[in-house]
Amino acid sequence: MTAATTTANGAPQKISLLRVLGPAHVWALGVGIVLVGEFTGWNFAAGKGGTLGAMIALWVCGLLYTAVAMIDSEVTSTVAAAGGQYAQAKHIVGPLMAFNVALYLVFAYTMLEASDAILVGDTMVQFASDMGVTGLTHHSFIVFTVVFLVWLNYRGILATLNFNFVITALAFLSIVILFLSVQPWSQGAVLKLGEMVTKENALPYGWLGVIAAMQFGIWYYLGIEGTTQAAEEVRSPARSLPLGTMTGMITLLIAATMTWYVCASLLPWQYLGQTVYPLYDAAKATGSWQLQYLLFVGTVLAGVASANGCINDAARAWFSMGRDRYLPAWFAAVHPTYRTPYRALIFLLPVALAFALIADINQAITFSILSGVLHYTFMSINVIMFRNKWPLGTIRRGYVHPFHPIPAYILLLLCIVTFFAIFLGYGTQLIAMVAFYAIVSVWFHFYRYQYVRRGAQFTMPWPKPVGY
Amino acid sequence: MADKAYQPEEQSAAMQFLDIVFLLAAIFGTLLLPIYLHLAGAATETTKIDNPTWDLLKQTPGQVAAWTALGKDPASAHDIIQTRFNYVIDWPTLIAVAVILFLYFFLLFRFSDSEYRDVIAEKFGGGKK
Repeated sequence: MTAATTTANGAPQKISLLRVLGPAHVWALGVGIVLVGEFTGWNFAAGKGGTLGAMIALWVCGLLYTAVAMIDSEVTSTVAAAGGQYAQAKHIVGPLMAFNVALYLVFAYTMLEASDAILVGDTMVQFASDMGVTGLTHHSFIVFTVVFLVWLNYRGILATLNFNFVITALAFLSIVILFLSVQPWSQGAVLKLGEMVTKENALPYGWLGVIAAMQFGIWYYLGIEGTTQAAEEVRSPARSLPLGTMTGMITLLIAATMTWYVCASLLPWQYLGQTVYPLYDAAKATGSWQLQYLLFVGTVLAGVASANGCINDAARAWFSMGRDRYLPAWFAAVHPTYRTPYRALIFLLPVALAFALIADINQAITFSILSGVLHYTFMSINVIMFRNKWPLGTIRRGYVHPFHPIPAYILLLLCIVTFFAIFLGYGTQLIAMVAFYAIVSVWFHFYRYQYVRRGAQFTMPWPKPVGY
Repeated sequence: MADKAYQPEEQSAAMQFLDIVFLLAAIFGTLLLPIYLHLAGAATETTKIDNPTWDLLKQTPGQVAAWTALGKDPASAHDIIQTRFNYVIDWPTLIAVAVILFLYFFLLFRFSDSEYRDVIAEKFGGGKK
C-alpha cells in the first residue's frame, strides 16, 4: 500500500505502510473486532427466537463462518494484497463489485464501531447507576471513545494493535473467569438453566423464530474476515493470515459457547433478548460484586478493542478506494510521519459518531450485519468465479479448500436464510441498506468510473482468465 | 499485446469535494434518516396486562429471583416480558424485497463484468469480447 507524496525539494516520494505485524496481531485484529459480539448483540437472537433459538443460531452461524473461513483462506492466500476481499473482487469479478465490497467492509466496520461506542457508553452509565451515581447520559462516553481511538489510529498501527492485543486478551479472560466462577459443572449451585429455559419458552416463536434468530447469531463471529485487511502490513502473510484467522475462530467458538451457557442459565429469555450488556447483567445476577466489577471492565475493554480494530479496517478499505480513484484521490494520502491513512480516518469519524448518537444499538448492529451478509453473498459467488476463471493448476495457490463448490453453496444458502431472518422484524432497514448500495453503485458505474484507470487495476502476475 | 491504456482525466479539487458531499448525502439520507424519522427498527408489539404480577406474567420462581437480582419488579419488567416480534409475513412485501435483492446482485455482476472486460482487454490485449 503506497501513496505518492512530495518531499521538501519537490521530488516525488513513495510512502508505504509498514510491514510490522505477526500472527498474534492478526489474531488480535480479528478477535478484537469480534469478541465484543459475546458482550452485546448475540443476545438479541434470544429476543427474536428464544434462548434455545439463539443457541441453534450460534451453531448454524458457526457453519456459515466455517464456509467463510475455508473460502477466504484459499482466495486470500492467493490474492495476498492490501484491502483483502476488495482486492479479490477487483481481480475476479470487476471494479463495481470491488467498489461494493469495499463499502460492505467500511459499513460493516463503521456500524460495528458505532455499536461498540454505544455499548461502552451504556455500560458506563449502568455501572455508575449501580454504584449510586445517577443522571449520567451515554453521549460524552460515546464521543470520547470514538475520538480517542481515531486519534490512536492516526498515530500508527503497531501501537494500536499492541494495545488491542492486550485489551482483547483481558476481555477474553473476564469471560473465562465468569464461566469458572459460576461452577458450570454443577447446575443448580449458581446456574439454573432448567428454570430459565423451560419447555414453554425455549422456542417462543417456534422454528420461524429460530430462522429469525439467525440475524443476530451472525454477530458472534461477524468481522473475523477483517484479518485480511492488514495483509500488506503483515510480515509473512501466507503463514500469519491463516494461523491468526483460524486461532481466532477457535477462540470465538469457545467464548460463544461459554457465553450462551452462562447467560441462558442466569437471565430470563425476555430480559436476555433486549439487554445491551448481557454478560455484565449475568455477573450482576450472580450477586457477586467482584464478578460485576470484572465484567464491567471486560465489557468496556471488549467494546474499546472492537471499535479500535473497526476504525483500523474501515479506514484502510476507504483509503484503498481513494488510491484506486474509486473515491476522490484526496482520501489516498498517507500521513508523512505516522504513515497512516489519516484522511480516511478523519472522514469516517463523524459517520460513526452520528450513528452512535442517533441509532439504537440493535439498529446499528443490523446495518453492520446487513453489510456482512451482502459481503458473504459475494464471497460465495466469487470463489466459484475464481475457480472457473483460473482452474486449479493454472496459478499458484497458497491453500486449496476441499469439497469445492459445496462450501460456496452452503454459504449462499445460509445468506439467503439470513436475509429472510433480517426481513422478519427489520425489513425496513434491509430495504434502506440495499437502496443505499444501489444508489452509490449507479453513481459509480455511470459517473465515477471515468476517473479510474483500467488495466492498472489488475496487479496479480496471473495469466488471462478463462473466458476472456 | 495489451490495448492502449485508458488515461483518466485528473479530477479537480472542486469535483472531489462534490463527490464527498454526494457520499455523505447518500450515507445520511438513506441510512440515518429512516432511523431518525423512526421509519426503521424492530417491528414489535406489546400486549398490556393491567396491574401485572409475576404470576400474571407467567414467571417461574427461578425467573422471579433473576428479575429481582436485576432490580426489576413486575411493573418495570412488564414491557420487557410482554413485548414480542410480529412475524406475520406480508407476502407482497417479501416478494418485493426478494426481487429488489435479486435485481441488485444481477445488475451488480452484469455491470462489473462489462467493466472487467475493459480491464482484461487493456491488461492482456485482444480487445473486448
